[in-house]
Amino acid sequence: MRYLPLTDADRGAMLERIGAPSIDALFADVPAEHYLDGPIEGLPAHASEMAVERHMRQLSKQNLAAADAPFFLGAGAYRHHVPATVDHVTQRGEFLTAYTPYQPEIAQGTLQMLFEFQTQVARLYGCAIANASMYDGSTACWEAIVMAARLTKRHKALMSSGVHPHYVSVAQTMAHFTPGHIDYDLPVLCSNAGDDKLIARIDEETSCVVVHYPDVMGRIPDLPKIAEATHAAGALLIVVNTEPVALGALEAPGKLGADIVVGEGQALGVGLQFGGPYLGLFAITNPKHVRQMPGRLCGETVDADGKRGFVLTLSTREQHIRREKATSNICTNSGLCALAFSVHMTLLGEKGLAALAAENHRLACLAADRLAQVPGVNVLNDVFFNEFTLVLDTETRPLVRELADKGVLAGVSLGRLFPDGDGRENGLLVTLTETNTEEDIETLAVALQEALAEGDLA
Amino acid sequence: MNQINQSGWKPGTPIAADHGGDYPTVTGNKALMLEEPLLFELGTAETCGVDLPAPDPKASNRLGPMARESDIGLPGLSEPETVRHYTRLSRQNYAIDLGLFPLGSCTMKHNPRLNEKVARMPGFADVHPLQPVDTVRGALGVINELAHWLIELTGMHGVAMSPKAGAHGELCGMLCIRAALEARRDVRQVVLVPESAHGTNPATAAFAGYEVEDIPAGADGRVDLQALKARLGPDVAAVMITNPNTCGLFERDMKAISDAVHAAGGFVYCDGANFNAIMGRVRPGDLGVDAMHINLHKTFSTPHGGGGPGSGPVVLSEPLCPYGPLPFTARMEDGTVHLVEEENADQFGHTHSFGRMTAFHGQMGMFTRALAYILSHGVDGLRQASGDAVLNANYLLRSLDDVLDAPFGDAGHCMHEALLSDHGFAEGMTTLDVAKGLIDEGFHPMTMYFPLVVHGAMLVEPTETESKATLDQFIAAMRSLAERAKAGDETLKTAPHHAPRARLDEAHAARKPVLAYQEVANG
Repeated sequence: MRYLPLTDADRGAMLERIGAPSIDALFADVPAEHYLDGPIEGLPAHASEMAVERHMRQLSKQNLAAADAPFFLGAGAYRHHVPATVDHVTQRGEFLTAYTPYQPEIAQGTLQMLFEFQTQVARLYGCAIANASMYDGSTACWEAIVMAARLTKRHKALMSSGVHPHYVSVAQTMAHFTPGHIDYDLPVLCSNAGDDKLIARIDEETSCVVVHYPDVMGRIPDLPKIAEATHAAGALLIVVNTEPVALGALEAPGKLGADIVVGEGQALGVGLQFGGPYLGLFAITNPKHVRQMPGRLCGETVDADGKRGFVLTLSTREQHIRREKATSNICTNSGLCALAFSVHMTLLGEKGLAALAAENHRLACLAADRLAQVPGVNVLNDVFFNEFTLVLDTETRPLVRELADKGVLAGVSLGRLFPDGDGRENGLLVTLTETNTEEDIETLAVALQEALAEGDLA
Repeated sequence: MNQINQSGWKPGTPIAADHGGDYPTVTGNKALMLEEPLLFELGTAETCGVDLPAPDPKASNRLGPMARESDIGLPGLSEPETVRHYTRLSRQNYAIDLGLFPLGSCTMKHNPRLNEKVARMPGFADVHPLQPVDTVRGALGVINELAHWLIELTGMHGVAMSPKAGAHGELCGMLCIRAALEARRDVRQVVLVPESAHGTNPATAAFAGYEVEDIPAGADGRVDLQALKARLGPDVAAVMITNPNTCGLFERDMKAISDAVHAAGGFVYCDGANFNAIMGRVRPGDLGVDAMHINLHKTFSTPHGGGGPGSGPVVLSEPLCPYGPLPFTARMEDGTVHLVEEENADQFGHTHSFGRMTAFHGQMGMFTRALAYILSHGVDGLRQASGDAVLNANYLLRSLDDVLDAPFGDAGHCMHEALLSDHGFAEGMTTLDVAKGLIDEGFHPMTMYFPLVVHGAMLVEPTETESKATLDQFIAAMRSLAERAKAGDETLKTAPHHAPRARLDEAHAARKPVLAYQEVANG
């Protein structure tokens, strides 16, 4: 077997030193009635690299890759062009095959990268401190709610109706098992993000208000206004961002009153990957809150010779030290995805991020105008970044499937995200990025028009 | 005489240097050991390594009142500078690709490059999690095929694939247990965890809303069955056990423990971090386990990536399956695979799910890698892998136990990791010193000071992908370091001497944390 270096001669010599007659004898502590004498039946034996590659390629070919179709999906996962340099760096064995940097003298590469990543995220979010990443946006969002409860000693989290429903669902699932309570109403299809309704529900029990920016329908809530009301009630404002490129065009949440900013970093460097692994981002505006923050933190220090170096720090918050009193049970971050994000962000820089955001927004404006001309299609949003909602007079789930059959991945049906209907099933979320061409937009418009016309005939 | 070549060059014989000499350089670099400034000291806001259309400043926009007006403060680098920055950083890392990485409990085995290639196939890497199901049948097929292997290898009933890492998997398993107890209106408040457990176990139990109590270990490093039985009762929701345990020993009484817990109305959670030792040799399902997470980044060799991403699918017993989280995959009798989400859970009879643990489907990029690894090994290769992992660990143990204390060396063969301690070191010499000495010898240190139940613990897990020659070199280094520690060699206190950095001041880092780069004020 190509991954196993020991030869039978090695095994024999090693068993001799151990004083055991066979490898099976090393498992003497496993009760005989439960020990498997041979390979489990019904499973295939080892296969060559070529055979495995062939099998996996067959499975891969059963999927319609985004690059092979006009593609307009978003809703928390975005397809951007990832420069070849990003993948080259993440495939370097020194990054790929390293562990958590617990021995800092021989892990300065990972540590310095994490320190730079933390700084990039903090600045992108307009915050003071960011951690070294978390599993994904949805789990980071829940961790932020827990942190807010610790800081305010209150347990009611008010989630805006514009928050991605999967994020809400994760929070509701987790809250069920904790003293926490989630206050949430399903969204209505209107251009207004519902800021006033949200503000009206803040009370003295509220630990935090969670707002998605831009929200799941592409709308852009008025953060300063929500922040003011939130803080007046003694609660904390958590802002969720799932499209970091948007922050090249929109003001950073930390500069608009957010206390905790969390999000999904997948859009930069990581790729779609059918939903994971992704990259949870987590940042705070008030440095005094750092000891209540979950997740790994990398900090600057000096070595014994006085040279600058970096270490994981403040680990007294973490599970391996604090055990059941830890701020979180999480013990990994999303290191390789953080590296991909950081390399992509480094290649872009501020100028590139702004240009990328501008190009996304330009294409989204073009698409919104073109699609609005399709009979039976209305654009919900007055304002948006690269994602907006179309409202049709028919259910969009079957429409999306039908367009997929014709080779157009038209967007995300709100009926998929909100299965319980109530008008939302007629919403279609459409996303444009720099990977779309103007021809793609025309293809979508024509396909949509044809499908709707056929629908009328049916 | 050649009149053209006036260079003065001729082949020479080198002069040996004074090895006590310091030879400082102007740059601070030392040949291949290159110092690298921070990105924020290198880049500028105007530099960009990507070609993008210049924005039209006159273009109208629909961003509304939140449009950005202030600067962000993100420096950029050109592409060549970017490649060099990260390449230089990478060379300050130790990695499996460079040498033995024997971190106990972390299973740092070789990461095959086939897995990387497979994960990048466009049908896996470039599909959106919310695409219509008919356009992602192959991706669901990967999930299903991997799920089938995990179920068969563990002898369990079903598997929740979505947890993002080991600790997330623990949480998933504990939430299944809690949901199952709630479904029968059984209010239990306590979870029992052995003292030797990973810190994530008690943290997870607390996160799932339980009180945590320790289970004592016996003198042989295993759970004290009688003490455990005495503590069981109607308030105990679950017992969390790691098997093989963190002392590197197989819990011989596992089935008896499970039977006792079940008889008392509780559930058994098994921490599967150490599954690499037993895959293909014993199935947790046969030992009465109700839930166990599998670290794909350990057992099935998806890369650790400097601290993640991980992936922690949870295999479940029949009583717990109905409570597994969404999304779930259901395999029909005709072989088709269906994605069970909130909207169609009824259709597939998965109506008791405790909910959703994450957006989307879990770590697809890890599933493809793990499946490629499993298929490469096959059922025979996986069994050989666990055998070789255990063989390598026992070889280390028996090659070192005459010079280093092995706290449970008399308790029989170890599993996939060898536990040693600092017993017998000279006054003032520590496990940390030995670890830092290993760095100078060109090895990554073992896990230090864990498990907590052994003073100065050194937990060494070589894995099956190390050759005998590598192990022999490591043994020679460890034997030398053991002698130096016992002799009180002061030069170990300042090791490492040959790494990119000397020991880092961790107290300084924590006292006044600097967690982001601050521009130095001019002047």
